[in-house]
Amino acid sequence: MTTAATETKDAVREDGPGPVLEVTGLDVHYGRGRKRRRALHGVTLDIAPGEAVGVIGETGSGKSTLARTVLGLVPASAGSIRIAGEDVSGYGPRQWRDLRRRGVIQYVFQDPLRSLDPDLTIEDSLVEPLLIQGVRREEAALRARSFLDRVHLTTDLLARLPGELSGGQRQRVSVARALVTEPRLVILDEPVSALDSANRVQVLEILKELRASGVALVFISHDLGSVAGTADRIAVLHQGELVETGTAHEVVNQPQHPYTRLLLGSAPTLRGKPADRAEREALRALLSA
Amino acid sequence: MSPLSPDTLTSRPADAAEKTFDAPGTTDVPATEPVLALHDVRITDRVTDREIVHGVTFELTPGKAVGIVGESGSGKTLTCRAALGILPPHFEVAGGRIDLAGTDIATLTPRQWTDLRGATISAVFQDPASYLNPAIKVGAQIAEVIRVKQGLKRRAARRRAVELLGAVRLRDPELVYGQYPYELSGGMLQRVLIAAAIAVEPRALVADEATTALDVTVQAEILDLLAELRERTGLALVVVSHDLAVVAHLCDEVLVMRQGEVVEQGETHAVLHDPQHDYTRLLIAEHDSYGLDKFLAPKEAS
Repeated sequence: MTTAATETKDAVREDGPGPVLEVTGLDVHYGRGRKRRRALHGVTLDIAPGEAVGVIGETGSGKSTLARTVLGLVPASAGSIRIAGEDVSGYGPRQWRDLRRRGVIQYVFQDPLRSLDPDLTIEDSLVEPLLIQGVRREEAALRARSFLDRVHLTTDLLARLPGELSGGQRQRVSVARALVTEPRLVILDEPVSALDSANRVQVLEILKELRASGVALVFISHDLGSVAGTADRIAVLHQGELVETGTAHEVVNQPQHPYTRLLLGSAPTLRGKPADRAEREALRALLSA
Repeated sequence: MSPLSPDTLTSRPADAAEKTFDAPGTTDVPATEPVLALHDVRITDRVTDREIVHGVTFELTPGKAVGIVGESGSGKTLTCRAALGILPPHFEVAGGRIDLAGTDIATLTPRQWTDLRGATISAVFQDPASYLNPAIKVGAQIAEVIRVKQGLKRRAARRRAVELLGAVRLRDPELVYGQYPYELSGGMLQRVLIAAAIAVEPRALVADEATTALDVTVQAEILDLLAELRERTGLALVVVSHDLAVVAHLCDEVLVMRQGEVVEQGETHAVLHDPQHDYTRLLIAEHDSYGLDKFLAPKEAS
């Protein structure tokens, strides 16, 4: 995977092998005064070039906060963030906008209807990030086509509006749009949660191909199953803290933290055993203690 | 497991869970007599004059759990609603028969229905918040059910409601009693709804996508709670879900529905391990392709 990364990405060679994302001791708070609430605490996470990391968490775990903080949409109250070697911790809104505009870091959110402009054709949506960078229209259109191909969509969709596409097609357009600026890192926040199972499988396949092409991915989800097959490593968020990080295989098969064990034991599987119930009960007691 | 005729169903051996059946308040009918029995139930839409559900048959004996799985529009919710006597306006049971505690529901008057609902059969649905009044404390809403249905005085009803909130494993029942719906999480609200549903000790509970909107750990908590209620009180369950694994988790028998038709029906273990219909195979394959099972060590070798 790293060899594929160095072959396809010149940028990787320029910057050396350092992580594309280094998050250290990240704290995020919402609200102020008495209503001040901690959303993330002491989160430390490195992503190597071309690496796919799954971040697992349930409602209120802080997983979307993590995504939004790394994209500069939510300010951190402590800790540091480095993106492709650049320390962005003290950036103001304008610097963040410039950074996002350069397209080094891109994102895909859960609901493509909300992240794609409903009045722009698919082609316009795809070329827009490139035009902002000053790429000529013809060149941009050419690249848009090639990226549409990367997500297995045909060019006859280019003239359509997002509303005329299926949910799965729209999400694939969002992925293509995130890729056109050839980012080093794509943050995906619940990219398959709104999709039915057939589309989910398709989008997951595309993410696997992406990983092979050298882009680093942060894949945020509440669903261990969809992350387990796509990520090299998995990080587990619980109540704003990373309680466990390991290779996907380790985390799924030798979970260490009680919360990870509960999460795994709770996932609906076709092989559930009555004994699992007592185990879950014990883990719940352990976590609430 | 052959394609099912109604006759093969009644001859099913009694399952193990029935042995634990000795709950108080349910002694009027022998344990083997079904609480709920559907026989070739057909539901039509009177407006379009189309048959939507093409014959559903199952028997729910005390302590048993039957699962109905299928995609949206497969008729699983309509089937449940028919059994609860709450079909949407222009739908009707046009064929077959539904017996609730031995009585054909077609013969029930509205007043008899009111007596049966809550006391014999009850239900929990997907979105708990929409079944609670946002302006009334949750405890009072449960207590009201108890006052009306069991004729208890205010104070006794309150005590019983707090007891029920404890029975559904809410950590601080007294506190929750005085809270408004908006103050509770989705999992807590669903527990409150279950507490209200079991308040008058029904013999059967319909859980229609009751855990679909919840996080997995909360879903498992609710499913474990239902399993516990079933063991402890002999509560019979109808579990409806689009997720085969949720049904597999709880049920002895499963019905696979598609486009209004039961395409496969049988003992859960048998259906999961030897599916006969292509649609059942598809459901299992989909689960295998993005579910967690295939990443767990034993299967990873293959």
